[in-house]
Amino acid sequence: MSEKKDKKDRVLSIRDLDISFDTSNGVVKAIRGVRLDLFKGETIAIVGESGSGKSVTVKAIMGILASNGHIDNGSITFFDEGKAIDLVKMKPKDIRYNYCGKKIAMVFQDPMTSLDPTMTIGRQIMEPILEHLKVSHQEAKNRAMELLELVGIENPQKRFKQYPHQLSGGMRQRVVIAIALSCDPQILICDEPTTALDVTIQAKILELIKDIQYKKNISVIYITHDLGVVAKVADYVAVMYAGKIIEKGNIDEIFYDPRHPYTWGLLSSMPDVDTDSHRLFAIPGSCPNLLERVEGDAFAPRNPYALKIDFKVEPPIFDVGGQHRVASWLCHPNAPKVEMPEQLRKRIDKMLKEVRG
Amino acid sequence: MERTPLLEVTDLKQYFKITRTYTTKAVDGISFKIYPGETYGLVGESGSGKSTTGRSIIRLYDPTSGSIKFDGKEIGKKLSKEDKAYLRMNMQMIFQDPMACLNPRMKVKEIIAEGLRIHKICKSEQEIDEKVNAILEKVGLSKEHATRFPHQFSGGQRQRIGIARALVMNPKLVIADEAISALDVSIQAQVVNLMKDIQQELGTTYLFIAHDLAMVKYISDRIGVLHLGHIVETGTTDEIFQDPIHPYTKSLLSAIPHPNPKVEKTRKALTYDKNKEGVDYTKGKIHHLSDTHYVLATDEEFAKWHG
Ligand SMILES: Nc1ncnc2c1ncn2[C@@H]1O[C@H](COP(=O)(O)OP(=O)(O)OP(=O)(O)O)[C@@H](O)[C@H]1O
Ligand SMILES: Nc1ncnc2c1ncn2[C@@H]1O[C@H](COP(=O)(O)OP(=O)(O)OP(=O)(O)O)[C@@H](O)[C@H]1O
Ligand SMILES: [Mg+2]
Ligand SMILES: [Mg+2]
Repeated sequence: MSEKKDKKDRVLSIRDLDISFDTSNGVVKAIRGVRLDLFKGETIAIVGESGSGKSVTVKAIMGILASNGHIDNGSITFFDEGKAIDLVKMKPKDIRYNYCGKKIAMVFQDPMTSLDPTMTIGRQIMEPILEHLKVSHQEAKNRAMELLELVGIENPQKRFKQYPHQLSGGMRQRVVIAIALSCDPQILICDEPTTALDVTIQAKILELIKDIQYKKNISVIYITHDLGVVAKVADYVAVMYAGKIIEKGNIDEIFYDPRHPYTWGLLSSMPDVDTDSHRLFAIPGSCPNLLERVEGDAFAPRNPYALKIDFKVEPPIFDVGGQHRVASWLCHPNAPKVEMPEQLRKRIDKMLKEVRG
Repeated sequence: MERTPLLEVTDLKQYFKITRTYTTKAVDGISFKIYPGETYGLVGESGSGKSTTGRSIIRLYDPTSGSIKFDGKEIGKKLSKEDKAYLRMNMQMIFQDPMACLNPRMKVKEIIAEGLRIHKICKSEQEIDEKVNAILEKVGLSKEHATRFPHQFSGGQRQRIGIARALVMNPKLVIADEAISALDVSIQAQVVNLMKDIQQELGTTYLFIAHDLAMVKYISDRIGVLHLGHIVETGTTDEIFQDPIHPYTKSLLSAIPHPNPKVEKTRKALTYDKNKEGVDYTKGKIHHLSDTHYVLATDEEFAKWHG
């Protein structure tokens, strides 16, 4: 990805998105002011703790929010061959009919929920092809076989006639990826697509997605908690916490020069095969309860570096140079200077040394 | 003195008949032992038979052949009513697909309390409430969550419900099938630390199934590497990571992604193709490198790999 990005190469643009859910305990404010652009041919990774709102964000794009959810504010603009379409203003049904599975495809976190247990996997791959591409039955079948082979399923003839429960978890996930790719989408959204996969097949699938991306110049939104995967695939990274993007930047900015204490925590809690410590670093505490109004910076109670102001006023997003943006008062010019944790500093120094060889 | 294993699996086979002429040999004669209070990591690629192994041990399937000894009892054959009840109370499984195993119409409290109720472990409703709330807190959720339904949670939160449901029974053996794969790194760290704490406190034994070797390294005392239904190598965590012998083990280790973008973008993992190398697992036998470390190989293969 070149450093300079041209606005006209955007394929998706999310602005000031707020989403909430009605529950028996009150209203959950799941997404608060999300702002994000996706460019043609680019891969964005969204990372963040469980419950931070990654899936809700992409489900809103697909028009598949749960029935108790609603978009309270903001826009999601999809640039469809030059036409700007605000998906928020469309009926979810129309999004699903016109875009889902066709121009925007998604691979879900939980493969079992996106496969129909009563249908053979062959039929499930053929169905969208028949529906969207208007080809003959035989062509659809050939294409489905090709796709199964493409995602690394051996013996596609045999697997074609099997039902989801007869496949291992990883195979099911590959079937879901095959379905997503079946109609040549412009945007591919992958919600934890490889968490059910072992490392070798994960590596293959990542290569595969990259390869297809390169050939067709599609854009990919990748949700994952595996920072190793992020390192491999992403051009740009958005870190979410409690429904907000708290840091975003290109891959090098985030991995070699992280600024938000939450990002420091995330990077520190990664297991490192090269060290021998027997306890993992874990960010203390848990996500705030989004039923309550968040006062100040949502991360403040768990943040050892929190300033007084963090408990009172929500930080704006600071431009720290390049494509790097950080929502933390620590980036205010008048804030006291704090360094990232010693251990993370060392890890990053080691990574940089590896690069220089 | 030889310790007595809590779980001893001997020559376990689990086949699935797909059509009259086609049978999947998901697990094809594996043997291993797990000692009380230890964590045995089972790793291997997708479809290698990890989940099937776990499911056979907890007897969701009837094993095709072989023996499974748990706490001194043979549980691999037809189970008596008492043995079944004993098994249900003392062995728990945390599943790979959190949504597939949580009844969507049940509230979280009822999901977690189900086992307690079936086995009449608690004396009063109040005791159930206390136990449920305590375990929710232990896994990083709160008691307000008890009245919600599974679909109202994020993927990671759901997985923690599955963990709470297993741990609330205070079982001797927990089979964790990709229990943390769906969690993000920071929660993974919390849950792994939590599982370790519980192990220390209660002496729980884990069969930890995962494909994330970095995590397996953190949690396991010993590791078994499964490929196409065979355990091709097993050893202590150090032996597997420091001195891997089998080319399949080596390929797995090399595929672990490193969180260094500049390196990772270009790095290629080692590949291993059993057919190209002419390896036939059914011909191999066990070659010991130490008391704990051994590989499945023919004599020639062993000489070549170990050379
Ligand atoms: N239908 C719903 N009703 C109520 N709350 C919901 C609903 N769906 C999601 N939420 C809440 O919205 C928040 C964000 O959830 P989301 O699924 O986006 O998390 P996530 O970042 O994808 O997490 P994970 O990594 O665990 O998948 C969570 O607090 C979740 O409990
Ligand atoms: N109920 C079943 N009926 C038929 N075949 C099955 C059944 N369960 C599993 N299999 C087959 O057994 C093999 C092993 O599957 P298993 O689910 O144990 O793999 P796994 O190692 O857990 O993989 P993953 O990492 O993808 O979850 C696969 O070929 C799968 O298709
Ligand atoms: Mg999610
Ligand atoms: Mg499995």
